[in-house]
Amino acid sequence: MGNLRFRDDAALDQPAVALSAFLDQSNATAVRLEPGEDARLLIPHLDRIALVEVAFPKFRDGRGYSAARILREAGYAGELRAQGDVLVDQIREMRRCGFDSFVPDKPLDEAVVKTTLARYDNVYQRAADAAVPVWKLRHG
Amino acid sequence: MYKYDQYDQAIVDARVDEFRDQVRRRMAGEMTEDQFKPLRLMNGLYLQLHAYMLRVAIPYGTLDSRQMRMLAHIARKYDRDYGHFTTRQNIQYNWIKLEDAGDILADLATVEMHAIQTSGNCIRNISSDQYAGAAADEITDPRPWAELLRQWSTFHPEFSYLPRKFKIAVIAADEDRAAMRLHDIGIQLVERDGKLGAAFYVGGGMGRTPMVAPLIKDFVPIEDFLSYSEACLRVYNRYGRRDNIYKARIKILIHELGAEKYAAEVEQEFAHVKSLGIDPPAAELERIAAFFAPPAFEAGIADSVDRNDPDFAVWLDQNVKAHKQPGYAIVNISLKKTGDIPGDASSAQIDVMADIAKDYSFDELRVTHAQNIVLPHVAKRDLYAVWQKLVEADLAAANLDLISDIIACPGLDYCSLANARSIPVAQKIAKRFADPVRQRDLGELKLKISGCINACGHHHAGHIGILGVDKKGTENYQLSLGGSGAEDTSIGKITGPGFDEDGIVDAVERVTDKFIQLREGDERFLDTYRRVGFDPFKEAIYG
Amino acid sequence: MKLLTGNDLASGAVTWWTGSGWSLHVEEAADVGDQGDSILATEEAARRVNAPYIIDAVSTPQGPRPAHIKDRVRALGPTVRLDLTLKPADPAAGNWVI
Repeated sequence: MGNLRFRDDAALDQPAVALSAFLDQSNATAVRLEPGEDARLLIPHLDRIALVEVAFPKFRDGRGYSAARILREAGYAGELRAQGDVLVDQIREMRRCGFDSFVPDKPLDEAVVKTTLARYDNVYQRAADAAVPVWKLRHG
Repeated sequence: MYKYDQYDQAIVDARVDEFRDQVRRRMAGEMTEDQFKPLRLMNGLYLQLHAYMLRVAIPYGTLDSRQMRMLAHIARKYDRDYGHFTTRQNIQYNWIKLEDAGDILADLATVEMHAIQTSGNCIRNISSDQYAGAAADEITDPRPWAELLRQWSTFHPEFSYLPRKFKIAVIAADEDRAAMRLHDIGIQLVERDGKLGAAFYVGGGMGRTPMVAPLIKDFVPIEDFLSYSEACLRVYNRYGRRDNIYKARIKILIHELGAEKYAAEVEQEFAHVKSLGIDPPAAELERIAAFFAPPAFEAGIADSVDRNDPDFAVWLDQNVKAHKQPGYAIVNISLKKTGDIPGDASSAQIDVMADIAKDYSFDELRVTHAQNIVLPHVAKRDLYAVWQKLVEADLAAANLDLISDIIACPGLDYCSLANARSIPVAQKIAKRFADPVRQRDLGELKLKISGCINACGHHHAGHIGILGVDKKGTENYQLSLGGSGAEDTSIGKITGPGFDEDGIVDAVERVTDKFIQLREGDERFLDTYRRVGFDPFKEAIYG
Repeated sequence: MKLLTGNDLASGAVTWWTGSGWSLHVEEAADVGDQGDSILATEEAARRVNAPYIIDAVSTPQGPRPAHIKDRVRALGPTVRLDLTLKPADPAAGNWVI
């Protein structure tokens, strides 16, 4: 399996530009965040962004997870893509942080993606997804 | 004791299924070792010098007899009949087969245990005061908050790939029995104007750059407990260094930013995070706290103990501590009899401790960061019977907090990171000071040994610390003095050139001899050291 | 001499390349000369060994002796639990490590 997309709208046909270029350039609608770049700089521009691509050059670098949540917490509803060294065992956490599309360097096994995403029925904490934490289930 | 509900159980069961599948994919060649390694580490499975090693979490060091028996069962069935209790209130098995890992986790899940996040760059097992719920000086039992943190941190989606590992300890007393300020986050529950809150100390740790955590916020309202924790972690995840593994812990971030700047960043993030509904309602804390309600203590039972048996009296004075409930006591089981491997216990010993806990301690045990076991609630009238059973199982060493109650990491006998062996040094020192009268005369003296700079043996926090290093292919040991992991936290100072294995034992003895010379009144070694300073000891060691 | 060592994937046991397969006993280890890297690659890819690496050793009448203490501990077992090592009956086995 190559890319994964969990959205119904049509994929944007525009390359994501670097953050610095995006901030200088008013017409771009797709932007790429490198690890260490401040996702909060995008917040004033969210209404014109259709795609944020978050780069994962190394799977161990988890800064992109915070970037994703920050954008979702700010109300960003467009496509949020994880690109790079993205492993199948990370997809679930990434989904919970708000990523809804994946462009991994190495193709993911479709069957494993499916079982991975279906495995846990419960979560302990609120995140950027719709999952209801178990404390909420316990107390309504 | 916390009991899983359907949700907790489902999450742990799903984890077993997930790890089984990851192991299967590795064995089938669908993953390389490079890809598998972070996954197995996230579940506490290491590849050590002789085999795989599995680290099982004992959340905040609390367990019941059923769980303790399961630890013995795993030692018998899947390992070589023993386990090693660690400085983070976990247990490690040294001879695990990868192909058994799934079955072990399934067995653990039947008693509400797991190995989740016992390694990896994520939030590790939450540690706490081993006397929680029993100590007279606590303002509340810290464990409900530790459990809240356990749940919040379990598979936290944003904090599974932190710059480096992350350790949190929670205490609720001024006496620090958990080395709280040597954690990435140390939390002390405090009261202000009749309200409960939490003081956050952030950025402590040992390793190659030991730091005592500075106070970041003196009072976080208890209803914001998790939101504030989340803010602390997010700032670290975003700004912690990732360019150098040795500078990736939060202590370095705070050292480089300054505590004030870090606190300001957290404050800003907290103002935002607070709006996200991270903290569960008070009802959830109440639900958890109910599991930690005091057991059904008997009122009005005798507070006196028959001290006629002199060996028992020695043990009583050394290993038994005051309980908040009249008629009860806290019993410490030392795993450090002379010649023992610190922290190791055979499956038979683990079973005996489970049985005693069941019969005499309201079915509860604790694991301490000093690698001992605690029976938290023993009626004083039962102390003699408990002691006799411990004697029978070779578990009655009366040396708590004495020089032979040594913390030691597994060292080069087991650990692939180690540079030198720790256990033989611990054994030789215990033997040198085997005379119990001499040990008691020296008084409280915390000796801690690490086999490498990662400091799993807490050597920086030892009144006397020993660090094993590799000196041109041979083992060499550095001595440090004046560390403490208690409420007067301090980092030991290295004395000078290192020693070989026998040399370090001699050097320790020169230090204790000097201490006896210099001691005033009933000073502990640490008190004398702090009064007279480093130089007289250095002089005594090197002449 | 150069030895090739690693762990068995399923059991984790320490193993040594003998020239034709893997042994638990360092005494049976073969000098891999400059062939280490290619044997390592083939064997790891076939999952007959996990986390393999090449070490220096010296040849002795009793067999190869790894140059580094860490690999000698691996070859024997924990010096503090000789009952669990490959030489449980030899009380002096630990001396070989040091």
